[in-house]
Amino acid sequence: MSPDTAVAAAPAAVDVFPAEVQRGRVRTFIRRHPTIALGGFLLILMVVLAVFAPFLGTSDPQALAPARRVRPPSDVHWFGTDMLGRDVYSRVIYGARVSLIVGLSVAILASAAGLFIGLVSGFIRVVDGVIMRIMDGLMSIPSILLAIALMALTRGSVQNVIIAITVAEIPRVSRLVRGVVLSLREQPYVEAAIAAGTTTPRIIWRHILPNTLAPLTVQATYIAASAMITEAILSFIGAGTPPIIPSWGNVMAEGRALWQVAPYIVFFPAVFLSITVLAVNLLGDGLRDALDPRLAKRI
Amino acid sequence: MTETVLNKTQTAASKAGHTGPLLQVEDLRTHFRTIDGTVRAVDGVSFHIAGGETLAVVGESGCGKSVTSMSILRLIQEPPGKITGRILFQGTNLLDLSEKEMRAIRGNAISMIFQEPMTSLNPVLTVGRQIGETLRLHQGMDEKQAEARAVEMLDLVHIPEAKRRVREYPHQLSGGMRQRVMIAMALACNPQLLIADEPTTALDVTIQAQILDLMRELKSRLGSAILLVTHDLGVVAEMAERIVVMYAGRKVEEATARDLFARPRHPYTQGLLGAVPRLGSSLEAKGRSRLSEIPGIVPNLKKPIIGCAFAGRCPAVTDICRSVAPAVETKAPGHFAACHHAPREAVAA
Repeated sequence: MSPDTAVAAAPAAVDVFPAEVQRGRVRTFIRRHPTIALGGFLLILMVVLAVFAPFLGTSDPQALAPARRVRPPSDVHWFGTDMLGRDVYSRVIYGARVSLIVGLSVAILASAAGLFIGLVSGFIRVVDGVIMRIMDGLMSIPSILLAIALMALTRGSVQNVIIAITVAEIPRVSRLVRGVVLSLREQPYVEAAIAAGTTTPRIIWRHILPNTLAPLTVQATYIAASAMITEAILSFIGAGTPPIIPSWGNVMAEGRALWQVAPYIVFFPAVFLSITVLAVNLLGDGLRDALDPRLAKRI
Repeated sequence: MTETVLNKTQTAASKAGHTGPLLQVEDLRTHFRTIDGTVRAVDGVSFHIAGGETLAVVGESGCGKSVTSMSILRLIQEPPGKITGRILFQGTNLLDLSEKEMRAIRGNAISMIFQEPMTSLNPVLTVGRQIGETLRLHQGMDEKQAEARAVEMLDLVHIPEAKRRVREYPHQLSGGMRQRVMIAMALACNPQLLIADEPTTALDVTIQAQILDLMRELKSRLGSAILLVTHDLGVVAEMAERIVVMYAGRKVEEATARDLFARPRHPYTQGLLGAVPRLGSSLEAKGRSRLSEIPGIVPNLKKPIIGCAFAGRCPAVTDICRSVAPAVETKAPGHFAACHHAPREAVAA
């Protein structure tokens, strides 16, 4: 056999990847989306605290105990007591309910309203000019001021807080949706759908709406976070939930005067508020990265 | 009248009732009003397509090919656009129809394939749903029937494992496969006319050949006429029976494919053909090592063009070309050109 007819064997197949390590689905998810996992975990923790507040060693958050005013944290009162002798731990845990309800409700309501307004102004040019000028006007007022003004018109209640913050958040969502709609309208597949004889409502429903949901979901998480902060600010300045309902904002407001002698009254609700907002923001960042990988690489 | 129009366009049976060409475009003008003047994108173009025929519209970028095809389906935004003339589809002037009647034709009797298969499919819907959409819209099928038909259509365009693919999303398909899906969507309702706007431009050459083969095969199977819009003369030579050459929004030449490639009459067409590399041409050429080119650029469509639109770039230009716009004349049986000097040029060529 001459050398050039000899059979040349290719080198054996090489595995580029190391041998697969079997991991559970949960661990794979955590490895792939650490921010979603961490944010989700913290948020779920807060939700559990809020839901099971009566069973977590709390006492009545409204119970006054004039004899035990301004006690530092101890094994009876984990976070101490405030100027009226109320248990700060109980008030903080119950306060999570207000924060989470406001955050979630505002996120849902503002997204729904913003989605509707954004779709309408993205599709009807005549309406677009009018709506967007109104939105510009609303956006020129700082949202916290707008919320305070709206609260001044009504009585303080959780429901009114939600409405006030929602109104303040709607312009941002409608702007976002309108922008997405305008770019989607130019997509070839929308053009192709028109060329296939699809009616406008159907194009909105089948082609535009599903494609706005990803950015809208991300935006909704940021709205939830900012709504929680706004709610705390409103309650802190006394324009939010009535004092009868403990919320992180009014717990901090009541502890403000005692900041130098009993800093823990302000400290604990502030920590809880920060953790919750951080959790929601982490979740939002994680979702953004997961839903739009291109954006994640750029930032 | 509206009732009869709808019936006419919806049932293939009415084809027999109508004599004459499937589509007859007469003096089509599509103009756009812009801030700095009216753009005459299509300026008095006429042509016809017989049932089952393939007509190619060729020309360079910006000559009005795509606007012509979009005008036929009335996909031009009005305003700023304005379409005038007559577009007779099976004897009905499409420009007289209401938007609702027009929707019943789009995707059903006349459908369209776009040039960007990568972005012409909605990323969040499965291909099955997207094919099924037109069927549910025009044929009143329910979801199940539509999906079954979508599988058939994918089989027809030779996508393997159609049953599985029908549930996949566009990002799971390659470019060639997506264009096949687009073709399946366009043909799902058995249109009498398929408008293909640069169907192969975004694909690489081997996939181009496959898609062209597929279009030819489906055409002979389904009997649809094709209006092929392209700047690729190779594609034209392979596909078209007749060719319309456009320049600056006007038709400059029309002939059968064989005639046009053998004896181009208009200097612009001659220039186009001269700019195409041929196998072996570099070997035989002595002293001519580069392809010929057409000097100059397309005239500004915002200003009315006086005389022949091609005058500024034409090698055979004379004074009359700059003052009198040439009419489209019969230069030979079935061969039309808009050039004052065409007969002489033909002899010279």
